[in-house]
Amino acid sequence: MGELNSSSSEIDLDRPNIEEYLTADSISKPQEEKLHLRDLLDISPALTEAAGAIIDDSFTRCFKSNPPEPWNWNIYLFPLWCFGVVVRYGILFPVRVLVLTIGWIIFLSSFIPVHFLLSGNDKWRRKLERYLVELICSFFVASWTGVVKYHGPRPSIRPKQVFVANHTSMIDFIVLEQMTAFAVIMQKHPGWVGLLQSTILESVGCIWFNRLEAKDRETVARKIKEHVQGLDNNPLLIFPEGTCVNNQYTVMFKKGAFELDCTVCPIAIKYNKIFVDAFWNSRQQSFTMHLLRLMTSWAVVCDVWYLEPQNKKPGETAIEFAERVRDIISVRAGIKKVPWDGYLKYSRPSPKHTEQKQKIFADSVLRRLEEK
Amino acid sequence: MGNASSVLTQYDIEEVQEHCNNLFAQQEIVSLYQRFCQLDRNAKGFVSADEFLSVPEFAVNPLSQRLLKMIDGLNFKDFVAFLSAFSAKASIEQKIELIFKVYDEDCNGKVSFDDILAILRDLSGSFMSEKQREKVLTHVVEEAGYARSSSLSMEDFIKILGNPGLKMEVEVPVD
Repeated sequence: MGELNSSSSEIDLDRPNIEEYLTADSISKPQEEKLHLRDLLDISPALTEAAGAIIDDSFTRCFKSNPPEPWNWNIYLFPLWCFGVVVRYGILFPVRVLVLTIGWIIFLSSFIPVHFLLSGNDKWRRKLERYLVELICSFFVASWTGVVKYHGPRPSIRPKQVFVANHTSMIDFIVLEQMTAFAVIMQKHPGWVGLLQSTILESVGCIWFNRLEAKDRETVARKIKEHVQGLDNNPLLIFPEGTCVNNQYTVMFKKGAFELDCTVCPIAIKYNKIFVDAFWNSRQQSFTMHLLRLMTSWAVVCDVWYLEPQNKKPGETAIEFAERVRDIISVRAGIKKVPWDGYLKYSRPSPKHTEQKQKIFADSVLRRLEEK
Repeated sequence: MGNASSVLTQYDIEEVQEHCNNLFAQQEIVSLYQRFCQLDRNAKGFVSADEFLSVPEFAVNPLSQRLLKMIDGLNFKDFVAFLSAFSAKASIEQKIELIFKVYDEDCNGKVSFDDILAILRDLSGSFMSEKQREKVLTHVVEEAGYARSSSLSMEDFIKILGNPGLKMEVEVPVD
């Protein structure tokens, strides 16, 4: 058994913990000395594993929206629930739209002059723009009655540090941005979000890219390196999962943020699902619909923890470092870790995993053949 | 997606149960239906090969390509029937029959030396040479009293795999 384990761990050095989920020995044969025809014909372990994956799998669970628990289950509560619907859609929603509109008017009427008139005075312009972006984000949070509790020291502007957080929805960004004007690395979105990205967010130093373009990724890596060196740049925020997860699991962290030679400050975000599920399932909903859903709910309740900054230990690889930080975040936020790469939403797993299983099988067959 | 299970009536469930020889309880059928709807992303009524492969744990299985030929495009009833071999209530013959079908790619009721070799190729990939595979297989086939040229029938499979039994069970999560 020991031999089997060592051979499998060599291969998945960059996929820690994967054995927990892909039972490595499920495909190998019982440890008998002699190899019989039965041992080769018996493919039941592989079939069982395949059927198990068809019936239930940890990857799909990461991106499953949680349907709200219906509580209008009896005749006494039903009128109350109806009353709630009327209040939420009839009163709260219009008020929130108004708040958001006022917010935008204030924001745009000051941002545009600041942006153009103060173009000569960089220091002041940056300061004001930073403040204004924080302001509009507060308006957004107010528009869903965000009840956000921040724990720990607030981030300050310093070179050579990067913030990483778990990712549930684009509102993560808004929630964090209302406290500190972070510069964020993000996926380029279509529609009005894309327009905001390329106009306003550019001024706080946000960097965006298309996750499927390898060339984009290179450019981003270069831009990030330049950004973290700057003295007066906004603190950099990265969502290393690279995709929205439903806040009950964390998928693998991309190692990019962890090989910058910077201090990594973890941020854990946990949403309370009591009123609304904050997970943005971008495949089923546009961001506008997602916002509308939040704006018609009672409140968005969440906790944000700014955690102890971490440095890469000597001898630690970027991947091990990323895993360590992921541990810290998932423990604090109380979410489970799974070994999957979130990009698998968009592509297929690498053949490396299959090869690992094949190697285990082949090794076992060959060894037992020699033993005969 | 809504509450998909509400679409299944008792009548539907009984029909599906009958189709899989009552190997699944009603609650299990409901769970399987929710899963089926989750896999069948565009609600077409069947699950395509691509959708099966979107489950990474399935996609990394060395036999996934072979299994896809059996399960690509299944509707819900056949989906359940396929999985019923993995029920704890399924007989050993039924489980062996499924294994036999995986081997018998041309569906002629016989498994030849080459059929077994093909599965062995899927399972061991590049970590065994073609020569090694042939050597191993020839050795065990002859040791079991068959010739390289003989092909195995379903009865042979039952004889070889039936005793002791197989551990081939998957539990359907019921909430």
